[in-house]
Amino acid sequence: MATQAQHSTTRRDFLFVATGSVAAVGAAATIWPLINQLNPDASTLALASIEFNLAGIEVGQSVTIIWRGLPVFVRHRTQKEIDEAKAVPLSELKDPATDEERTKPGHEDWLIMIANCTHLGCVPIGEAGDFDGWFCPCHGSHYDSAGRIRKGPAPLNLVLPPYEFLSDTLVQIG
Amino acid sequence: MSEHSTYTPGTGVEKWLDERLPIIRFSKEHLMDFPTPKNLNYWWTFGAILAMCLGIQIVTGVILAMHYTPNVALAFDSVEHIRRDVNGGRMIQAFHAVGASMFFAAVYIHIFRGMYFGSYKAPREILWILGVLIFVLMMATAFMGYVLPWGQMSGWAATVITNIFAAIPVIGNPLLELLRGGFSVGNPTLNRFFSLHYLLPFVIAAVVVLHIWALHVPGNNNPTGVDVKDSRDTVPFHPYYTMKDAFGMVLFLIPFCWFAFFAPDILGHPDNYIQFSSTVTPAHIVPEWYFLPFYAILRAIDFNILFIDSKLGGVIFFGGSIVILFFLPWLDRSKVRSGTFRPMFKWFYWLFVINFIALTYLGAAPAEGIYVVLSKIATAYYFLHFLVVLPVLGRIEKPKPLPTSISESVLGKSHA
Repeated sequence: MATQAQHSTTRRDFLFVATGSVAAVGAAATIWPLINQLNPDASTLALASIEFNLAGIEVGQSVTIIWRGLPVFVRHRTQKEIDEAKAVPLSELKDPATDEERTKPGHEDWLIMIANCTHLGCVPIGEAGDFDGWFCPCHGSHYDSAGRIRKGPAPLNLVLPPYEFLSDTLVQIG
Repeated sequence: MSEHSTYTPGTGVEKWLDERLPIIRFSKEHLMDFPTPKNLNYWWTFGAILAMCLGIQIVTGVILAMHYTPNVALAFDSVEHIRRDVNGGRMIQAFHAVGASMFFAAVYIHIFRGMYFGSYKAPREILWILGVLIFVLMMATAFMGYVLPWGQMSGWAATVITNIFAAIPVIGNPLLELLRGGFSVGNPTLNRFFSLHYLLPFVIAAVVVLHIWALHVPGNNNPTGVDVKDSRDTVPFHPYYTMKDAFGMVLFLIPFCWFAFFAPDILGHPDNYIQFSSTVTPAHIVPEWYFLPFYAILRAIDFNILFIDSKLGGVIFFGGSIVILFFLPWLDRSKVRSGTFRPMFKWFYWLFVINFIALTYLGAAPAEGIYVVLSKIATAYYFLHFLVVLPVLGRIEKPKPLPTSISESVLGKSHA
């Protein structure tokens, strides 16, 4: 009697668990497309790569271009800015990175960075702040002439987009 | 508190309905006969005022949605179209925008009233938690609504606030792209914010029903914090409080109408009259006034805490400042509900109010110099009030003697 009751309970439990598992997988499979539609769509992803001509940007001049809807700083750095950036010891940096790591070899005069402050995403002002670089007035983050965070609440250096030089004057971003 | 209904259906139709959907009985029990403490002061009318505010926001919002276009190319202009071309649109838009401010003004008074008179204490913890939940939903709704006109403040508010999620380790960036529907705030973001801004008020309305349900089980708290003991302590809700609340609503509508008719933009920021540009941030990003205290807390954390960087730290404190409200019923250990009978609590309560106002001021001040230091002090005090002052007060404070009943406190001992 006891064995029989136990037997039928076990069988019923198995069916419950099996049914429940199938239902859970089914629910998850149903919910996923409903969540996934929030992700960037094909038209957004299509903007993932751009080419940009650097000719015409004078030394000491910056331009802001749009890549993936994000503002990107392209700065033609002066020799003074490059020297300043190279002179900073890594121990002074909150998010240590050398100037070489921030630029491409042979193109040290070009600094290409996503223009959103790493704190909360504002666009910093160029040629401002305490370190001859960028300053975000929203919450007071100072970046140096290599776009590295030096002072204020931002935790990281300005983010570098993936890019490469196709020629001396043509850059592909993304 | 749930007393038996005195409703007897009069006509045949009422009797027929009562046996199928006893909605008239329900209304009579909860909106008319509901026994309510007879000593409620005017701070209690804000419950009804808030219901009115939600009604105004839903009605004006549904109408605005008939004219608004949720597309980045058209949104800014469609709001101007509403204000200039649509018949009566200027007024309807003003009532919706000013209404958000008035809604928050009323909800802050409602919350601070609850904090003073201990309305969160047993047996009203669930009532309080639902209230905080409504507050959170209101914040989300107001934020998404603010984005819709697609001005400079709108777009950058969306950028800064969604960026908060990027602070979460590992999943932060994919989550941010999921929330924005792109690599930056753009058309998909505006579209979904519009959809959710339209949806959430109805969710709020549903939670309001639960909030009132949770109110009507134990019944109203009152300024003495003493439980209702017998029917002499209460009066029926109608006509006593329906009339008092109606009067409160009329008074509340005076400043409301003044803003809506004479200065509809005074509570907003002039930069929102510039269409959103993703390449230029306004020099000074400030949220609407009702978010300033929490914004001050968000940016007060500009230093790393152990392995937590300043950005995540700010987000944790920002979220914590709201989450901590859910735990208030258990942080305040005092057996006495009303602040009226708590001599030490009273002082700390007002200090907390002043500190909250200071945070509001600091949230609007530029992030430099003395303001940064003061923001940190005020943020620290905000948390100390909940985590240290309230638990300690419950242990060391000697409350004043409580009246034995509401009637006694109203009529004086000799008449009791």
